[in-house]
Amino acid sequence: MDTWTFGLTLAVIGMAGTMLVLWILSLLIVLMKKVFPYQSEESAAKKG
Amino acid sequence: METALVSGAQGLFLGVLNLGPGHVIMILVGSVLLYLGIAKGYEPLLLVPIGFGAILVNIPLSEMMAEDGFLRYFYDVGVRTEVFPLLIFLGIGAMTDFKPLLENPKIILLGAAGQFGIFLTLLLALALGFDKLDAVAVSIIGACDGPTAIYVSSKFAPHMLGAVSVAAYSYMSLVPLIQPPIMRALTTEKERQIIMGAAKSQPISKTTKIVFPIAVTIFASILAPKGAPLIGTLMLGNLMRECGVVDRLKSASENEITNIVTLLLGLCIGATMEAAKFLRGETLLVLALGFVAISLDTAVGLLFGKLMCVMTGGKINPLIGAAGISAFPMSARVVQTEGQKYNKKSYLLMHAMSANAGGQIGSVIAAAVMLSVLQGMGIVGQ
Repeated sequence: MDTWTFGLTLAVIGMAGTMLVLWILSLLIVLMKKVFPYQSEESAAKKG
Repeated sequence: METALVSGAQGLFLGVLNLGPGHVIMILVGSVLLYLGIAKGYEPLLLVPIGFGAILVNIPLSEMMAEDGFLRYFYDVGVRTEVFPLLIFLGIGAMTDFKPLLENPKIILLGAAGQFGIFLTLLLALALGFDKLDAVAVSIIGACDGPTAIYVSSKFAPHMLGAVSVAAYSYMSLVPLIQPPIMRALTTEKERQIIMGAAKSQPISKTTKIVFPIAVTIFASILAPKGAPLIGTLMLGNLMRECGVVDRLKSASENEITNIVTLLLGLCIGATMEAAKFLRGETLLVLALGFVAISLDTAVGLLFGKLMCVMTGGKINPLIGAAGISAFPMSARVVQTEGQKYNKKSYLLMHAMSANAGGQIGSVIAAAVMLSVLQGMGIVGQ
């Protein structure tokens, strides 16, 4: 593989891949906050 | 008897007789690093052992890095195996609070934009004639993250470890000087004055804080398996911090383990700075490209911040894009200081901390993606 094919491939996939993985992580955080919402100590104690 | 006396006396001067100009220059370089660490306070925890290691390895005939040398042992055990940077990540994970990021997850994208300098510098390094894997090692300085830079360069270009590490840590400590001019050049005064609403202090459940490091490890490692050691150690440290049941392990990770490994890692990096390997034109190019990488990270982060500003109808101050790098929390503080210069009522710190936490994860993810793409291209072993 020549130098420029290597460089451009790594740069394009690297930037796109980093952005994609972090975007998925942001969605994951939103999902986790929905699945595990914050409960105050009082309401948690009532449920417990 | 006379001959024995002369030979014995000559032994005392062997060091002096073997002292070359390269040794002298490198001892001076080590002394400058010590000065920067001790007198100027630039990353002293790293620059002091690095500087001292550089002096030790350049003492003629000291053989510190010979096959059975004192520093060679630690180098083989901790750097060649990539264990030391991973142990540092354990400590970083134990020390890092990802709460600002969990409160404002979309800001994590700034942490991705803040890594683009890595890939742009890679192209520049290739254009300057660096070998493929050497170019990868140089470009990773743009991760603005010492352990990541050490991990990648020790894997692909161990002969450049000294230059890459010194560049990474030096420029990280110079973030307050490097970033402000770029911020002013790429944003308008009106943009710098934007007041972002008070950061939502929406509480985050303890379960979310515990599940976060586990979920990140699983998802990110599956997407970029070659980076699993980096992601895994960072997130294990964070899990120990958040779960609250292994305080002794958490304390050891952020104190004893990190302190011991930082000392040995610094000495080992210094030990790679032998005159014959360090005093080359290539080292100056590495230092220059490191500066370019961190500047490009800042520039792309700011441009992405501007894009987010437009997309949100002016609700995001583009300055926080500069905090999308991994220099935590220094970069966030720089953003806060710059924002306050243009609008006394602007408090960007918490927003910038979110971007900065995103940058910490982003740098690890960028390295992981890079390693996995290199594996996919067959450049490194399966």
